[in-house]
Amino acid sequence: MPRLTFVEHDGTETTLEAATGDSVMETAVAGGLDGIVAECGGSMMCATCHCYVDDAWIERTGTRSESEDDMLESAVCEVRPTSRLSCQIVLTPELDGLVVHLPEAQV
Amino acid sequence: MRDMELIEGHRAITPPEGMPVWDVDPFDTDILRDPEAYYGELRARGPVVYIPRWSVLACGQYETTRTVFSDHENFVSSRGVGLNDFHLGEPWRPPSIILEVDPPEHTRTRRVMSRALSPKVVKTLVAMFAETAERLVEELVAQHRIEAVEDLAERFPISVFPPAVGMRDVDQRILVDYGACVFNAMGPDNALRRAALARNAQIAPWIMAACARERLTEDGIGAMIYADADTGEIAADEASLLVRSLLSAGVDTTVTGIGNALHCFAANPGEWDRLRADPSLVRPAIEEVLRYTSPVHTFGRTAGRDSQIAGFPVVEGTKILCVLGAANLDPGKWGEDAGCFRIDRRPMGHMAFGAGIHGCVGQNIARAEMEAVLTALARKVARIEFDGAAPWRPNNAIHALDKLPLKLIPA
Repeated sequence: MPRLTFVEHDGTETTLEAATGDSVMETAVAGGLDGIVAECGGSMMCATCHCYVDDAWIERTGTRSESEDDMLESAVCEVRPTSRLSCQIVLTPELDGLVVHLPEAQV
Repeated sequence: MRDMELIEGHRAITPPEGMPVWDVDPFDTDILRDPEAYYGELRARGPVVYIPRWSVLACGQYETTRTVFSDHENFVSSRGVGLNDFHLGEPWRPPSIILEVDPPEHTRTRRVMSRALSPKVVKTLVAMFAETAERLVEELVAQHRIEAVEDLAERFPISVFPPAVGMRDVDQRILVDYGACVFNAMGPDNALRRAALARNAQIAPWIMAACARERLTEDGIGAMIYADADTGEIAADEASLLVRSLLSAGVDTTVTGIGNALHCFAANPGEWDRLRADPSLVRPAIEEVLRYTSPVHTFGRTAGRDSQIAGFPVVEGTKILCVLGAANLDPGKWGEDAGCFRIDRRPMGHMAFGAGIHGCVGQNIARAEMEAVLTALARKVARIEFDGAAPWRPNNAIHALDKLPLKLIPA
């Protein structure tokens, strides 16, 4: 089971066990993290599951799609090169140890 | 080879061995009016059930319904999301180029629509929605007794959505009926579908004319879609079909969502008090209304190739009913109080907007409309009371009220 660390805007770190095949967003919601809202439930429609992939992991998570790029324009916080919608990062055994940072706000 | 046997324009199948068989008509008007017992029995019979009446499979347990509904590789939309298989017969109308297509075609049109309906675009509409809701609610509170389907649930979306699209032509009856026709057409050849096709023949020309570029303003959602035709991202005739999709999917659905919300709060006055005491609950309350009432109760998929559901083999061409209403009330997902309306539930992952790549592209605007109405009501109305019978209106895919007489007790 991949382990996943979320770093909230205030620096709070939470490490969660994830299931392979689940998304980063689903892991955060199941773990009760407030920093991910995910209003649309993973249809890439709402931009409220915005996260910043840690620089050390950006090669392994892959890059965002064009549609993801479009939706990130609606994110309330700054979009950086490492920005992703966490519903679009699906966990694989290779992502064990992944670190993502959460923005200050989602809505 | 023997000719393939067809039923309702799709392949008739032999049920896989061991699969539960249930002799029920999911489109029976009594079930459509009051579906909860049907939802419960569908879930109880198993993750997937064979329904001989229409020779289809049906899922109602949450996990299976969600898996099938979001598995666009095995269970396609391009063969129609109703009972007819578009591979085997002429569709009743030119198919939608976003609802009734698969990737890669879908990816292209979906992108255009999701840009035009993005949270960023919806933010520009929120003030207009709020002002309109304030005015309308004020008027209705003064009236005291209302028929909430026509006076509020229909009137509000008709007051804000066509202007947001940029429509110059507005006709409340036609716009509401059009969506109802499209959704009724997803069912079998029953009286509801036949009436819908007859009504559609009357109003489709009006709808198509209203979708033309010259009938739209230059600053609305419709114009954004046409602008993508200018850049070549889509063709001009595709733009008019996408505007048509706004009208089929964006009016009757939100009308239903608002009507159902009012019904929930009239039936659960304690939850109304809670919302009034803490208006920040409005967003989770909307999600709970959607989960609890499933405005879109059933949508179909077609097995695009041989595959399986819950361990049972499923042959190519099989139609599968995904009963979203049953999944949304599954105690296996939502707990023993799944049948209770509780505005602080925060039902993440409910199926009211579907799931996966075909998840409702208009969900941001739908939420914004419901939020505007509920926020205005919560400020001005102390209690919402039933003022007579509130019958449901049977529809092959939509669970909506026919009439909702209410008394609005001012705050």
